[in-house]
Amino acid sequence: MSSYFGRRLMNLLMTGLCAGAVVLALVPLVSVFWLLFAKGFSALSWSLFTSLPTPVGEAGGGVGNAILGTLLLVGLACLLGLPIGIGTGLFLAERGDGPAGDTVRFVTEVLSGVPSIVIGIVAYGLVVVPMHRFSAIAGAVALALLMVPTLARAAEEMIRLVPSSLREASLALGIPQWKTSIRVVLRTALGGIVTAILLAVSRAAGETAPLLFTSLNNQYWNTRIDQPTASLTVQIFNYAISPYEDWHQKAWASALVLLLFVSLMNLTSRFLARSPLRGA
Amino acid sequence: MLPEAKIGIGQQQAERRVPRTVNVGDAGYNALLWCFGGSILLIAGVLVYALWGTSRPAFRAASVLSFITGSNWDPVQESFGALPFIYGTLVTSAIALLVAVPIGIAFAIFLVEMAPSGLRPIVSFPLELLAAIPSVVYGLWGLFVMVPWLREFLEPALAGTLGFLPLFRGPPLGLGYLAGGLILAVMILPTVASISIEVLRTVPSTLREAALALGATRWEAIRLAILPYGRAGMLGAGLLGLGRALGETMAVTMVIGNSPEIHASLFAAGYSLPAVIANEFAEATGTVHTGVLAALALILFGITFLLNSVARLLVRAVTRGSVKAAA
Repeated sequence: MSSYFGRRLMNLLMTGLCAGAVVLALVPLVSVFWLLFAKGFSALSWSLFTSLPTPVGEAGGGVGNAILGTLLLVGLACLLGLPIGIGTGLFLAERGDGPAGDTVRFVTEVLSGVPSIVIGIVAYGLVVVPMHRFSAIAGAVALALLMVPTLARAAEEMIRLVPSSLREASLALGIPQWKTSIRVVLRTALGGIVTAILLAVSRAAGETAPLLFTSLNNQYWNTRIDQPTASLTVQIFNYAISPYEDWHQKAWASALVLLLFVSLMNLTSRFLARSPLRGA
Repeated sequence: MLPEAKIGIGQQQAERRVPRTVNVGDAGYNALLWCFGGSILLIAGVLVYALWGTSRPAFRAASVLSFITGSNWDPVQESFGALPFIYGTLVTSAIALLVAVPIGIAFAIFLVEMAPSGLRPIVSFPLELLAAIPSVVYGLWGLFVMVPWLREFLEPALAGTLGFLPLFRGPPLGLGYLAGGLILAVMILPTVASISIEVLRTVPSTLREAALALGATRWEAIRLAILPYGRAGMLGAGLLGLGRALGETMAVTMVIGNSPEIHASLFAAGYSLPAVIANEFAEATGTVHTGVLAALALILFGITFLLNSVARLLVRAVTRGSVKAAA
């Protein structure tokens, strides 16, 4: 293998293998999208968005309540999670250069690696046990707990991108630190933070495991936060593991809706990240 | 803002003319920021407390050792042996790592070291999408696409060629450890690949250039100069992938077969820690059953906590070290 030809051949071989790895890695992606469109598109209809689920064998029906439930859960989770997440990001960026900041950053990173099912148990212990009831708010607490760490790290990164000359210019004009921080630094980083929020929302909307025993499920429309709530992901799970072909169809269609939502969020965030709105 | 600037000849006059005031807004803002920072620590504390509180009945009912080493799982008889779940989690995660780490690192190498720069954004976006697909969608895909494929093609093929190993014996069911491991591989691949990309990007280009200038081919430069430099970071990428694999729930639940037994064959149906929590927790009967499932979550939390800590430190050491080297 030490001949020049052999070494060239090895180089070519490894390049080919690495390129092959890229192709291999993208096979599932193409397959997932292809199948969801192939199987889910035909089952898409208005009633999917507007109707309640029907029993097996009954035609029509949809997952309208589950879509509403997911929106409710994610909305509540945002109310709880966004202020803490962004606030922590602000702390890390503005006061994070010391042992206290390092500790908070480390804990944030560790929290972001906690499996979502474990977070579900935590929300169960925190909300479901004292309330003696599965509820939308329990699911929202779980989703918020999942959002906070990722959001905090992303917000910190975005805020740190703001050039210090902007901050200094504001301070030099005699504007107090807090006003500088909020009206100059945070506003400049806003585009980046919106990106982070979109990604957090799309991640929360796709979570299933922590909702199984917090918001549980509901066959009917629900907008009350102290009641069990259907969600798109739990509904997909229930439909998928059922033995009925009709329900499988609905699972594909619902999964397509979910996937389109998540992809749209990701595309938007990518577009925003490129636009001049983003700090720096 | 610079305190040193005040020390000078006119310092005392200046202080007399402009009295130092504490800006109330600043003090309040400072306090608010520290509250936010503290809230994360509070959340972490509450998290551990809630897990511990929910799982306490389990530790009262049985010893930890019998719980971890027992292999009989029968909630009706209140017999709780978690070994089948621990075994299933370890086996599926091992399969996932064996498949995803080489592919993920090769992916990163191709993207950073080999591909023309125009190709990078085209390939990195699908990687982000792959990471964004919800777990339950992977599960759906796994259940209706991958499992039939395993049953019809891969498992018979493996049994035909490697059937002398006990790992690849038995009827090809589709649902089982192999399916769980492979779906996990698909799911942790973006993690492994994107962190490997991050690590490779921090390799100083002088290393690369030096190797190429000595007449190394591109692959030799990668093998001799770049990979050794990024080894710790790659290890971190693998560990982070493992952390994700251990806790991944829905997709595995849908394809592993959900049978609380231990089998040597990868084709057999098994169970994993997150899967049993997902399936049984909502319908758990009695505080002991609930407690045992929460205790499983506590174990999972402990393992992922350790893994993530080590992995983050490794990745951080590599990326920081390179910053110093470049400066």
